[in-house]
Amino acid sequence: MNWLIALPELALSLCGLAIMMAGVFAPKKHAFQLSSMLSLGALLGVGGLVLVSPTGLGFGGLFIADAFSRFAQLLILAGAGLAIILSLDFNEREEGLARFEFPILILFASSGMMIMVGATNLMTLYLGLELQSLALYVVAAFARDSLKSSEAGLKYFVLGSLASGILLYGMTLTYGFSGSTDFIHIARALVTSTPSVGLVIGMVFVLVGIVFKIAAVPFHMWSPDVYEGAPTSVTALFGSAPKVAAMAMLIRVMAWPFGHLFVQWQLLIEIIAIASLILGALAPLVQTNIKRLMAYSSIGHVGYALMGLAAGNGNGISAMLVYLATYIFMTLGAFGIIIAMRRQGRSVEKITDLAGLGRHHPGLAIAMTIFMLSMAGVPPLSGFFGKLYVFLAAIQSGLWLLAVIGVITSVIGAYYYLRIVKLMYFDAPEAAFDHPAPSLSFVVALTGAVTLLFILVAGPVTTAAQAAAMALLG
Amino acid sequence: MPIGIGPYLVVSSILLVVGIFGIFMNRKNVITILMSIELILLAVNLNFVAFSGELHDLTGQIFTMFVLTVAAAEAAIGLAIVVTYFRNRGSIAVEDVNLMKG
Repeated sequence: MNWLIALPELALSLCGLAIMMAGVFAPKKHAFQLSSMLSLGALLGVGGLVLVSPTGLGFGGLFIADAFSRFAQLLILAGAGLAIILSLDFNEREEGLARFEFPILILFASSGMMIMVGATNLMTLYLGLELQSLALYVVAAFARDSLKSSEAGLKYFVLGSLASGILLYGMTLTYGFSGSTDFIHIARALVTSTPSVGLVIGMVFVLVGIVFKIAAVPFHMWSPDVYEGAPTSVTALFGSAPKVAAMAMLIRVMAWPFGHLFVQWQLLIEIIAIASLILGALAPLVQTNIKRLMAYSSIGHVGYALMGLAAGNGNGISAMLVYLATYIFMTLGAFGIIIAMRRQGRSVEKITDLAGLGRHHPGLAIAMTIFMLSMAGVPPLSGFFGKLYVFLAAIQSGLWLLAVIGVITSVIGAYYYLRIVKLMYFDAPEAAFDHPAPSLSFVVALTGAVTLLFILVAGPVTTAAQAAAMALLG
Repeated sequence: MPIGIGPYLVVSSILLVVGIFGIFMNRKNVITILMSIELILLAVNLNFVAFSGELHDLTGQIFTMFVLTVAAAEAAIGLAIVVTYFRNRGSIAVEDVNLMKG
């Protein structure tokens, strides 16, 4: 048993506990800033550990560290870190949010996510998922004096627990009909015999449970409400790291233990992808709240990413990983600007509030233009490469219908992304926003640079994603 | 005569369906939803234990222990969220949870 394999996860959990103690004993006024800084340091350090810690299967086959889990874990750490930086200023200004538990809960959620993507046993998978979910339920309801936030927390809790219940029920059937909870044994049980009906039903339940977590149609109904109700710094987190973790978990579960049920799940994934693409293109057209718009837009992005999984080969999976890598940076950048939407100390959330941003804050407006164009898939921004790779993968696997629907929905999607750009530059300006805090400008500049200059690193990122997909498929 | 795996699966699937319907059909109280979630987890546990006996394999029972532990933590967090909600809204009727449409 080589416990070094789980060194990053162990280190992150221990850091969480240590920072909690530091937060308790620190003076109340500085506790939030102190624990945020320590948490950022912990995330950075663990990111280094992920790169240097040994790879292989450990803990009696419960847990794996390979190129795939590394790729996903680095994205998760980056997402969590940027979300904490976004919360630095926002939580100070909103009432009752600047409590030191906030970054610590994000740390625990991140270690849960890292366990999810490294799990090779249904038991580890479930425990990682719950560690993530339990921390995130609390974070969603973190503004405890706000009705909206507690309603968001309540909805997220009820539907999240339902999803975990359905996922678990699928796991029981998988266990019962394959005789093991271990991914290797499940895959072996599927090779040697024709799949039993019980196993297929179990796979469908597991798929439904995970699809709930990634908020793809038809199990998306919680996501717009939670995005709108949760404090904006929390919404930025929800849009980034947990999405990547749940997607990576979906890839591993579908490709490895259930890989031989490909014929059965491909059609399901295709239907889910098409439904998500269509809803993600049409629903944002009628939104007035920018956080709800982002929720529907992220449902659409999940649809594009699932096209890669539906292709069902190494190319598709690496395309999906590249898509996730580009998606998380544009989302966090866009949320950085949403957090900067604040007049006389009060945050505003209507889309029309962005009018005149080009005149008052040209820098923010340029960054928002980059994020919106990238989400619409305009070359040479990062979103273009993600879309290009998933479309290519879908076409190579002969999924023409999926690719055609994807192109049509991205054209429709471009309309509402461009509408935001038009609003910022050409509509009658509203009053100026407050000056954004340095931490916000930092995140917006960083993610903007990544999105704009992705073309320079597209080669190495694609190579890493391909190595990750190869590690998964063996 | 020993009881086979069939009756256990029937009971657990009934529990699962009751739990899911309890979440979606219930219009009265959020506490009922928490109870329905527990019911789903009990269906899961019953399945695990029954399969574990059937397969002569302990993994299912170990998994049940973990599920029980997590269910306790989940109930605690759920109740805490319901309490904050009640303090803000003054009610925990399901039809009052409607600030955001979705």
